[in-house]
Amino acid sequence: MNGALDVVLRLLAVFVVFLTFPLIVGQTEHKVMAHMQGRLGPMYAGGFHGWAQLIADGVKFAQKEDIVPAGADRRIFQLAPAVALLPYLLVLLAIPIGPSEGAVGQAVDAGIFFVLAVMGVGVLGSLMAGWASANKFSLLGGLRTAAQLLAYELPMLLAAASVAMAAGTVSLPGILNAFQWWWLPWQIVGAIVFFVAGLAELQRPPFDMPVADSEIIFGAYTEYTGLRFALFLLAEYAGIIVLCGLTTVLFLGGWHGPWGADGLGWLWTLLKTAILAFVVIWLRVTYPRLREDQLQKLSWTLLVPLALAQIALTGIVKVVIS
Amino acid sequence: MNPASAALATAAAGTHGFLSPTGVEIAFLLVGVVTFGAALVTVSTKQLVHAALWLVATLGGLAVEYLLLTAEFIAWVQVLIYVGSVVVLLLFGLMLTKAPIGRSPDADSGNRWAALTVAIAAAAALVWVVVDAFRTTWIDLSGPASGSTEVTGASLFQHWVLPFEALSVLLLAALVGAIVLSRKAKADAAATAASTPTVPGSRSEKEGVR
Repeated sequence: MNGALDVVLRLLAVFVVFLTFPLIVGQTEHKVMAHMQGRLGPMYAGGFHGWAQLIADGVKFAQKEDIVPAGADRRIFQLAPAVALLPYLLVLLAIPIGPSEGAVGQAVDAGIFFVLAVMGVGVLGSLMAGWASANKFSLLGGLRTAAQLLAYELPMLLAAASVAMAAGTVSLPGILNAFQWWWLPWQIVGAIVFFVAGLAELQRPPFDMPVADSEIIFGAYTEYTGLRFALFLLAEYAGIIVLCGLTTVLFLGGWHGPWGADGLGWLWTLLKTAILAFVVIWLRVTYPRLREDQLQKLSWTLLVPLALAQIALTGIVKVVIS
Repeated sequence: MNPASAALATAAAGTHGFLSPTGVEIAFLLVGVVTFGAALVTVSTKQLVHAALWLVATLGGLAVEYLLLTAEFIAWVQVLIYVGSVVVLLLFGLMLTKAPIGRSPDADSGNRWAALTVAIAAAAALVWVVVDAFRTTWIDLSGPASGSTEVTGASLFQHWVLPFEALSVLLLAALVGAIVLSRKAKADAAATAASTPTVPGSRSEKEGVR
């Protein structure tokens, strides 16, 4: 009974995080983007600096009519948002936020492989949406999504493999237990490759070619309205949380901090994740969108060689210190 | 686990029978049935993209089977490589060739009986080999995981390192072969289309995807 209650509580906690954190990131994005561009952003909803803007947005989405285009493949069209969103919920389960037993939804033995594998499944949602919409822009968006995923999955995997080599384990809590502060400079190249590749996998600017609104309207999501469209947006922001959390855990030492790490480890994890999320928003405001050929070139001629060099460096250092 | 329950577990392991299934065995069989059904739909459906998506269900079902056999590492690698990459590649190819929504009347092959024969022969050979090799082997689910990353890695790089290296050389050869073929196609295209200039590289990219 106690065990069952424990499981239910953990699932509930992860679910609450899954529902609230993406909204917080979304609201932060509204405000940060606005201030970086010399605007105020939402100011009215909820009273204080428009804090309830995204709740209002959610209500608006829920009221809209759910339309399936006449020529679309109904079932796949309707299934796609769930396929896009659910993997991120599963990944959140495996990310540890603190050193204690209770600070991870479910400890997975092959944690790195689990999170990367399940994150890759999420992209299937965009592909399904792109194909099933029976819309040329959606199809183009789906194609670009697939090309982007194929290009950026490899550097992401290689960078994660470098950390696994350094720690000698593929479990996420295991990696954090082995973490030393000097891993930060040692793995910095891998960290940047991982983060950039992750951004590309989430289709965040400057890698938002698949949803480039000035060219193909909104890519694979063009035909979606109402709640299903909101689910795709939620998947994007949940993806930001997952990517920032993973980068924190793999490369930035998770719950380790220069001081106060005892008992307050989860605070360090949240702080690092929040800073990375801020960087994600910052990049969106700063850089123009990359063209498709630039995207591919960046991945194959820069990120993949850098990730391989990082693996070589990790191997050399590992042999030298052992 | 205390000694008494360990003794019970070994006693239970000694008296495995087909008529006293445990929960895991039932789950294994049910997932197997679902996977088999999804595989059948994959090859029999006339909607191309649906076939690719049913393939996702099939490969995912296989991953669940690996999980039930405690081979966690293999399960996640299965999802990562097959669902995350191979199916995405398939869908990419289908989208490039404008796979239609709805049935493709020409999706039937005249070779289907030959294909069925080969499939049944391959399945029979595999089932025979696996049954012959693992007839009396039972996985002790209550003990330490016999398929964890550590165990898999140790057996792969200690006992099976030669096949592993041979496979990697095979894959390298396939990779080099693909590059050579695509370069050759590009050179041919350049030779034939010397008078009419085309977008450089576009043909070879499509060839590579197919």
